Amino acid sequence: MAHISASIYTSHVPAIGAALDLGKTAEPYWQPVFKGYEFSKQWQRDHQPDVIFLVFNDHATAFSLDMIPTFAIGTAAEFPVADEGWGPRPVPKVIGHPELASHIAQSVIQQDFDLTIVNKMDVDHGLTVPLSLMYGQPQAWPCPVIPFAVNVVQYPVPSGQRCLNLGKAIRKAIESYDQDLNVQIWGTGGMSHQLQGPRAGLINKEFDKAFLDRMIADPEGQAAVPHIDYVREAGSEGIELVMWLIARGAMADLAGGPAPKVVHRFYHVPASNTAVGHLILENSK
Amino acid sequence: MPLDKPYLDVPGTTIFDAEQSRKGYHLNQFCMSLMKAENRARFKANERAYLDEWPMTEEQKQAVLARDLNRCIQLGGNIYFLAKIGATDGKSFQQMAGSMTGMSEEEYRNMMVAGGRSVEGNRYVGEKAGGRK
Repeated sequence: MAHISASIYTSHVPAIGAALDLGKTAEPYWQPVFKGYEFSKQWQRDHQPDVIFLVFNDHATAFSLDMIPTFAIGTAAEFPVADEGWGPRPVPKVIGHPELASHIAQSVIQQDFDLTIVNKMDVDHGLTVPLSLMYGQPQAWPCPVIPFAVNVVQYPVPSGQRCLNLGKAIRKAIESYDQDLNVQIWGTGGMSHQLQGPRAGLINKEFDKAFLDRMIADPEGQAAVPHIDYVREAGSEGIELVMWLIARGAMADLAGGPAPKVVHRFYHVPASNTAVGHLILENSK
Repeated sequence: MPLDKPYLDVPGTTIFDAEQSRKGYHLNQFCMSLMKAENRARFKANERAYLDEWPMTEEQKQAVLARDLNRCIQLGGNIYFLAKIGATDGKSFQQMAGSMTGMSEEEYRNMMVAGGRSVEGNRYVGEKAGGRK
């Protein structure tokens, strides 16, 4: 049967992708950001999964205001890299896993989550920057990726509790898949940042560090935190952090298993307008 | 019964909710059209004529022409959509965000390098005169 071996959490700041694509990683401004992922890249080489289930948000790329799905699962065979207005990032196209994705869609809908099934979708920096951070600049991504897009653009976004519960449902879905696949689940976005209005540039290190602590030790407590606390404390775009709770909900301890092992933790300010946070949690074997 | 909007007292912040989205539908869809290179070229060649192809309000068109992102947001724009205008102009996200704060590009960049805008005094409207770090 398929199983979830680990969850990975990271910010997906577009400027990080641009820094990598333009060869700026050694510049003093960017060097500390990429240094925080050196361990992660080696760890990922040593723990390469068969499939990555990648929770991210679309930034007015695949979804305009014509359709705004709260939860959308990508079931296509492949996903082109989007042109977000600066030209497409020079990264490999994303290969999907239609069989597992369709299985998860059916199982999760039967567990009362109304997913939108997407068979055609360009993927933006929300999905490709995390891959770049964990894999650098390969000719092809090392494994298939199932994109899972969450609406965090138009309010109200799903609550933290609903995200955590969805993660639990995704875990059940993956564990009921017949093939013996090693699956990682990634939660991306955040940390504190605000991109709009006179309050743009807001960063809240205390909030972010407390969030990282609770992601490790008290995800149920974090899931109860209302949207307004994210907006007020972590900036209007800091609300992206609810997506981390989907990945966290899929970990074994929330299904009666042992607590996950903290493999890596990293935090840095700033990358462009944003605080960068990163965690790797491993399920005990 | 009115909708619960607990976010209206956050200073310097407009939450893109259903009401804003309704107001800004055409403005945001215009921005979306700039995802295509040929549309970016047509917009740049004659901004006013391109805007007139969209059923936007005159206020929205003026805000776009002036690149007044705060005004665009008041009129229903969303920053991820408005970013397409910035991309067309060759601006980075940091330049766009900074342009809404009343700070110069350098001041804003320095503030971010120094750890960003503090949340202290920036949680509630009227909490601190000016609301600036």
